[in-house]
Amino acid sequence: MSINTEMSVRVAAITQVADQVRRLRFERVDGQPLPVFSGGAHVVVSMRDGAILRRNPYSLMSSPADSSGYEISVLAVEKSRGGSTFLHHKLKVGDTLAISQPINLFPIDQRGRKHILMAGGIGITPFMAMMDQLAREDRSFELHYAVRTRSHGAYWRELQARYGARRVHVYCDAEQLFIPTGEILGHQPLGTHLYVCGPAGMIKGVLGSAAQLGWPRQNLHSEEFLAPPPGKVFKAVLTRSGKTITVHSHQSILEAVEAAGVEAPYLCRGGACGQCETAVVGCDGALEHHDIYLEPEDKASGKKIMICVSRISGSEIRLDL
Amino acid sequence: MNIAFNDETFRDDFTFRNSPQAIRRFPFPFHEDSYMYAVNMEPHVPLARDSAYGTLIDVDEHYVAEMRDRALVLKEDPLRYQALPHMMTAQWDTLELLMEQQAAGYPELFTLTRDGDRWHWINRPLNIDQRFTFGDAATLPCEPLEYITRQAQGDFCIVDQRDGNLWMDAGMVTTQADWSLDFDIGMNFMEWHGPVPLAHQIGVFDRALKFLLNLQQGRPVRRLNWTMTINARLDTSPENYHKWGPDRATVTPENVGNKVHLRCELQSLWRLPRSNGILFVIRCFLIKMEELVTVPKWARRFHRVLRDLPPELADYKGLTRYRPTTVAWLAKYDDGAPTSPGFFPD
Ligand SMILES: Cc1cc2nc3c(=O)[nH]c(=O)nc-3n(C[C@H](O)[C@H](O)[C@H](O)COP(=O)(O)OP(=O)(O)OC[C@H]3O[C@@H](n4cnc5c(N)ncnc54)[C@H](O)[C@@H]3O)c2cc1C
Ligand code: FES
Repeated sequence: MSINTEMSVRVAAITQVADQVRRLRFERVDGQPLPVFSGGAHVVVSMRDGAILRRNPYSLMSSPADSSGYEISVLAVEKSRGGSTFLHHKLKVGDTLAISQPINLFPIDQRGRKHILMAGGIGITPFMAMMDQLAREDRSFELHYAVRTRSHGAYWRELQARYGARRVHVYCDAEQLFIPTGEILGHQPLGTHLYVCGPAGMIKGVLGSAAQLGWPRQNLHSEEFLAPPPGKVFKAVLTRSGKTITVHSHQSILEAVEAAGVEAPYLCRGGACGQCETAVVGCDGALEHHDIYLEPEDKASGKKIMICVSRISGSEIRLDL
Repeated sequence: MNIAFNDETFRDDFTFRNSPQAIRRFPFPFHEDSYMYAVNMEPHVPLARDSAYGTLIDVDEHYVAEMRDRALVLKEDPLRYQALPHMMTAQWDTLELLMEQQAAGYPELFTLTRDGDRWHWINRPLNIDQRFTFGDAATLPCEPLEYITRQAQGDFCIVDQRDGNLWMDAGMVTTQADWSLDFDIGMNFMEWHGPVPLAHQIGVFDRALKFLLNLQQGRPVRRLNWTMTINARLDTSPENYHKWGPDRATVTPENVGNKVHLRCELQSLWRLPRSNGILFVIRCFLIKMEELVTVPKWARRFHRVLRDLPPELADYKGLTRYRPTTVAWLAKYDDGAPTSPGFFPD
C-alpha cells in the first residue's frame, strides 16, 4: 500500500534546551491542524540533505491534545551518520520537512492504576507527552529521570515545576545519584505499569530487576532509540525487482533499497514494529540481527531479516523484494 | 445530496426495500464469477460518489429505519452495547471520528461545530440538537460510544492494543451476522476468531493480526465479507437464533425473490488517535434476490458464485438448506453470457 499520508511541515521554532539537545517545533505548511495522537508516539522525519534523503524517527514530546504543532527534541549524537547533525547544524526556522503520521509503539496501558516512568537521557521525550496525557486524565504516575549532568538533562526543571518533586525525581550521574530501581519496583501496588526509555543497558537492567521481583510481563513496557549500526559494505540482490544494490557501511539495507528506487514498507525504522520484515532467499555469510522484534527462533532460522537495522557479515544477501 | 429516508421495518412485516438508486450503489462483493475466502484488505479511500464507497462512513436511505431498529434491539437487550472502563478515551475517539465523517460527507444532514472542548452536534434526520463538552461524559445523555452509535449505521467494535495483541473491549453490536458481543467482550484476536472454520488455513489470522497491529493513523483499510439472510432481518444474533433460524426452512421457489437476501458487510478499520485503539466498523447492506437481478451482470455472476460455492463454505455461512432453491431461481437470469470484470454494474 503506498498511499502517501506524509504531512508537509515548516520549522516554526528551534530552541536549545540543554547541552546537545535542541527542540524543534513543526507546524503544517497548509495551516491545517495536525492529527491528535497518543503519548509515546513518534513520527518519521524525512530530511533533504543535499542529494541525500534522510529519514529518522523522533518521539513526539508536545501535548498529544495540541493540534497546532508538534515538537520533538533531538540529541546531537557523536558519530552521527547525518540525521541529528543535519537537524542541529543545517536546519533553520522556516525550512520545510515531511513527517509521517504519528505511530505509537510505546503506548500507555489504559488499564494501569499507576504508571512508573523511567527515563535515561534523551529517553525523556516520549514521557513528556505521556505525562501530559496522564495528568489531564488525572491518573497516578511518577517519573524517575537519570541525567549525566544537570546541564545535559533537558526539561527536568520544567517538569518538577509542573508536576511537583513528589512525582518527578531527578538523578544525576555527576553527583553519584542513580535511580534506585530495586527500591522503586519493590513497593508498588497491584496494577502498576512500568515504562522504560533510555540506553539499551538501562532498559535491560530495569526490565531484569522487574522480572526478578516477579513483575508480570504484561506490565513492563520499553522503547529503545535504536539506530542502524554501521558495518562492512555488502551487496543485496533484490530478487523480485531484479536489482543488485550496494549497502554502504553507513547505510541500512532499507536506506539502500530506497535509494535504488524500490519501495519497502516501514514504520519505526528502529527494529521494533515488524513492518520491514523481509524474507531472506540466500546469504553467503551470517545475518547480524540488531532488531528487537524477531523471536530468537526466527533469528536463528536465517529466513527473515529486519532491513531497517540488521546487516550481514558476508558479501551478498538475496532478498525477496 | 438529499436522501429520502425509507419508512420500513427489519422485523415482523419486513417492509424493507431498496430504491433503484440504492440497488445500483449496493457494494456487490464479487469481482469475478467465483469466490475464495481471503483476507483481502485494501485502503479505505473514497470511490465514486454514487456508490457505497462515496464517503468513508456511508449514510443511505435506510438510516432512520436502521436507527429505529437498533433502539428496539437495545430496549430488549441492553447488553448489545458494552464498554470496559479503560475504553473511555477510545469512546471519545470514536465519537469524534463518526461526527467528523458524517458532517463532512453529508453537510445537509449533520453539522458539527467546535469551540475548544465545547461541541455542538446537529443530526437533522433524527431531530437531535446536542451541546456537550468533549471529554466529559456527564454532558451527554449516555456514554459517548453508545450516544454516537445510536446515530450511525453499522456495528462498531473497539479493540484495545496491548501485549502484542488486540482485545475486544467495547462495542455496539445489533446487526451482526451470528456472533455475540456479550460472548466475545474482553477476548483477544485469536480467541474471538476461534470458531471460524477454514481459518485453519493457518497463518491467515497470524498475518491479519500482524497487519492490524501496525495499522496506521490516517490510513484506514477495508474489506468485504458476505453471507445470506432470509427475510430482511438485521439482528441475526445467536441470542435471537430461535427467531431467525427457523426462517431458513421457509424458502420456496415462489418466494425466493422477496425472502432471500444477499448480505454484504463492508468492514472498515481505523486506528484511533488518542487511545491507540482500533475501531472496526461492520456495515451491513441487504439486497433482495428480485432487486439483485435487476442488474443483469450481478444476476449472472451471483448465480455462478452460489452454484459453485464449496459445500463447507455454504455450510459455514448457513446457506445449505435454501441454496438449491435459490440457485434454481437465479438460473432463469443467467443466459451464460460472459460478465465484465470488477464489482460495478455495467
Ligand atoms: C522510536 C524511536 C524514537 C526516537 N526518538 C528520538 C528522540 O525523541 N530524540 C532523539 O534525539 N532521538 C530519537 N531517536 C533516535 C533517532 O532516530 C536517531 O537514531 C538519532 O537522532 C541519531 O541519528 P543520526 O542520523 O544522527 O545518526 P545515526 O547514524 O543513526 O546514529 C549514529 C550513532 O549514534 C548512536 N546513537 C543513535 N541514537 C543515539 C542516542 N539517542 N544516544 C546515544 N547514541 C545514539 C547510534 O547507535 C549510531 O552508532 C528515536 C529512535 C527511535 C527508533
Ligand atoms: S521498520 Fe520497524 S522494524 Fe523495521
